[in-house]
Amino acid sequence: MSLVRRNMLQRGFSLGALTLLTGCDISDNDVVQSWLARVSRWNDRVEEAIFNPDKLAPTFPEAQAVRNFRYNAWYGANLAPDLDPADYRLLLSGKIANKTPWTVDQLHALPQETQITRHICVEGWSMIGKWTGAPLSVFLNRIGADTTARYVGFECADGYYEGIDMPTALHPQTLMAFKLADEILPRAHGFPFKLRIPTKLGFKNPKFVTTIYVTDKMPRGYWSDRGYNWFSGS
Amino acid sequence: MSQHGTGVQKHALPVRIAHWMMALSILIMIGSGWRIYNASPIFSFSFPVWMTLGGNVRESLAWHGDPGVATAIAWHLAGMWLLGASFLLFVLWGIFSGHFWRDFLPVTPRSFLRDFIAAALFRLEHTLGRYNAVQKVFYWGVLALITVMIVSGIAIWKPVQTYPLLALFGGFQTARLVHFLAMSGIVAFLCVHLALVALVPSTLIAMITGRFGREPTLHSVVPPRPAGDVP
Repeated sequence: MSLVRRNMLQRGFSLGALTLLTGCDISDNDVVQSWLARVSRWNDRVEEAIFNPDKLAPTFPEAQAVRNFRYNAWYGANLAPDLDPADYRLLLSGKIANKTPWTVDQLHALPQETQITRHICVEGWSMIGKWTGAPLSVFLNRIGADTTARYVGFECADGYYEGIDMPTALHPQTLMAFKLADEILPRAHGFPFKLRIPTKLGFKNPKFVTTIYVTDKMPRGYWSDRGYNWFSGS
Repeated sequence: MSQHGTGVQKHALPVRIAHWMMALSILIMIGSGWRIYNASPIFSFSFPVWMTLGGNVRESLAWHGDPGVATAIAWHLAGMWLLGASFLLFVLWGIFSGHFWRDFLPVTPRSFLRDFIAAALFRLEHTLGRYNAVQKVFYWGVLALITVMIVSGIAIWKPVQTYPLLALFGGFQTARLVHFLAMSGIVAFLCVHLALVALVPSTLIAMITGRFGREPTLHSVVPPRPAGDVP
């Protein structure tokens, strides 16, 4: 190989490395960030448009369900809220006719279903779990929620907050999950209940829910406030 | 490469636009994809952070408690539109202008083997204005890989809404694996592609201006080389 060619090769590679390096920096540029946020909002609209409210997430045989489901949060499992079922009340707010708070016993008395579905994390890992609980649509009807409103929002005992579009809230597989693998939902997994939404990524499945509200204003989300796509449908 | 034997190699404008849009989008997709991969690696290795796209990890962790994965995903889900648009432009132009049939065909296993051996022995004869069989196979290969990349990407992005698609890949995790392997194939192609461009820089000029060869203005920039065209 001639020296000229070798130099050109080296220059070619360092140019590539430079592009990647500057790529690192441009991500933190405000203009780039706001542009990425704008595309993310466009993606929300695309996802909303392709969401089919009748399409069911695939279900799996019981043998594929994981017994020891992975714990995942930004804090350790030992710091998970420890809610006392005697004191717990689910608060209701927004476009709901009957805003009387609900106790754990009242929640458990709702008609329940079991689903074995795949939880998909935005990071790429996934896990099949067995969840049992009440369809959110049943609960929303029970409390006289205005299901013509656009969104349902959730506030959680650990400071987490999330929100979903109404079509997803009314999807038949969207559950208020009271059980995981036939056991009452363990503390780390969100006792007394977590939203189990197999048509959303994992972070759109809030745990330790303490408030449910119905609104026309797009609810904020803990991770979408940190740059993740809001709709995050699967 | 539409004018054979004139000494002037031509890349049509749509080909050049699609090529550079694809180049940019693939750079974005690979850089951000590697950052996303690092969040939950499939194999026992991670990509060095400086090679990934998604901003300063330490700052992002301090501000958001997130190692720039949010920004990487934002890049990835923005870059996918650019990749899709440029790939569509390239394929549609290739089909309807005749570019694919004229320049990427015919190619046979025998001609590939012949040219591959010749290339390995540095004895491959170059005919200006014509791709050799190795190049043709490489181009079809990378087009197939980008197709696999897009289809597996859609299956990963919307596993429920496009459900039967996911089953085609054998499930979510295998779709991720296919997505990763197709990326590896594209990176391997890019290494060869860029190495050959570095060896014959006039092809880079050709992909920018659309022509090279007996153009007097180009002679002053790059001396004409006997080696004709490279991937």
